Amino acid sequence: MEILVCVKRVPDAAENEIAVEGGAIRGDDLVYSVNEWDNYAVEEAIQIVEREGGSVTVVTVGDGDAEEVLRREMAMGANQGLLLSDPAFAGADGLGLATILAAAVRKGAYDLVLTGALADDGAAQVGGMLAALLDWPFASLVNLVEVDGSRLRVGREIEGGTQEVSDIDLPCVLSIQTGINEPRYVGLRGIRKVASVEIPVLDAAALGVTPAAAKVRRLDYFVPPAGAGADMLTGTTAELAGQLLGLLKAKGGIK
Amino acid sequence: MATVFAYIAHAGGRADDSALELLAAVRTLFPGADPVALVAGSGPSLEAACQEAAASFAEVWKFDQEALAYPNAELLRPLLARVLPPGALVLLPHSTLGMDLGPGLAVKLGAAYLPDVVGGSPLEGTSLQAVRQEFSGQVSAHVACDVSGGAVVTLRSGAFKAEPSRSAGGRVVDRSADAGGLSARRRFVKLVQAEAGDIDITREDVLVSVGRGIGDKENIALVEELAEAMGAALCCSRPIVDAKWLEKPRQVGTSGQTVKPKVYLALGISGSFQHLGGIKGSPFLVAVNKNPKAPIFQAASVGIVADLLELVPALTEAIQKGK
Repeated sequence: MEILVCVKRVPDAAENEIAVEGGAIRGDDLVYSVNEWDNYAVEEAIQIVEREGGSVTVVTVGDGDAEEVLRREMAMGANQGLLLSDPAFAGADGLGLATILAAAVRKGAYDLVLTGALADDGAAQVGGMLAALLDWPFASLVNLVEVDGSRLRVGREIEGGTQEVSDIDLPCVLSIQTGINEPRYVGLRGIRKVASVEIPVLDAAALGVTPAAAKVRRLDYFVPPAGAGADMLTGTTAELAGQLLGLLKAKGGIK
Repeated sequence: MATVFAYIAHAGGRADDSALELLAAVRTLFPGADPVALVAGSGPSLEAACQEAAASFAEVWKFDQEALAYPNAELLRPLLARVLPPGALVLLPHSTLGMDLGPGLAVKLGAAYLPDVVGGSPLEGTSLQAVRQEFSGQVSAHVACDVSGGAVVTLRSGAFKAEPSRSAGGRVVDRSADAGGLSARRRFVKLVQAEAGDIDITREDVLVSVGRGIGDKENIALVEELAEAMGAALCCSRPIVDAKWLEKPRQVGTSGQTVKPKVYLALGISGSFQHLGGIKGSPFLVAVNKNPKAPIFQAASVGIVADLLELVPALTEAIQKGK
């Protein structure tokens, strides 16, 4: 099974407090990492290849900095990386990104393309658009993958903790939900091992794409107003515990 | 303005709550539009859902096909691409079905895709201005969407308050003939319900809920002690289940359980919409989080900016002493 996994470098929302200044995300001290959902997608691809044979390629759209997320995923066990980079790609919207990625898929011979179900700074759209551009079947929010010959049995996580099980023909695109597996630990040794591996870079000309003008543009960022109802308690730890105890008792929170 | 369509999700003959929320969104984003409801399915339950939709929408397009008995986006996408007119404005709930259907539908229609909208202003010309959230609700963004070539818009559950129906006795138009010959390369097999655990958090009045802020698996014991001292049930947000620190039946949220407690103590939970979407009935919500900008504080009744690893043992001790 030849698997392509699309990954993205994003500000790490777990590590950062995302702050807004002048309508933009304050970027000077942001820590970046691989989008959390994408780690699950890469782990799933590696596990499929361990069972079925084949190889895993990780791909991203971005500038030179984006290469670090490819190396991280290669250290995790992906066999090769592919960087899609061109100044013309800057400002691409979801459709723009999907168009660039679709061109890369067509240049290869992949049986399966995985994406994360969503990105912290995204909108859960690239996987579905990519599938539509390729005219491949698609399943989103996937939390189970079993290979069965030329098709897969996939589970989708739907509302209320229920899993929707379907059969899907290959080749297809799946967007992977967190919790499907346990992404393996990436050690320093793994990172050193891939540090000098050459990563091919494809630009717009090599891919033969010109992303269309974005139909959706972000105008600005802002911090939503805090809820009017929240009563913020302050004090020492002991004082806070005392106040909270009183409130919980009054509201029937202590039985 | 191009025609506005609203996709009506339904189950067991009842239209989903999202139907009236879509209608409310139409009034905000496309005032003056008379939206057409799209209802697909099969048999008597479809008919019942169409009748319900007709109480709120002046026109309902019914697609009755055996293949559509279960809402499979791989069938709905080509169907809608076939029947919708050029430039259509299509509203979907930002549900697991909407997320499955929407992006590819926008591509097939050659339309813009504007997902997970939580607010917006009335359409001006061909530019729709909407509000979206990023980074689990830590920040919001204004976005502008060019709808001149049509648009697929998905709406976050609860963002547009459902209003009672405005019209009654809408017309049901049978478009089933247009839905013939559909086949999909993804075929529905079955639904698997979440395994029932040893606890049913949906029946509990007092819940202590723990999130990513707990840091380590070992620290779960601290909140277990607190829950025990309070006589409360322990539940959690998604990352705790993903990490397998607590079992799935304890997960609160759209992909977990919907709970309706009187008191909900959220510890180290940032408050993503998926989590808050699982809490109904406006409980007394106490939020403890290190990050003063955590979105949970927007929903909380009482907020404390603190390290839960310090506060929780102190609270447990205070309760034990006070008993």
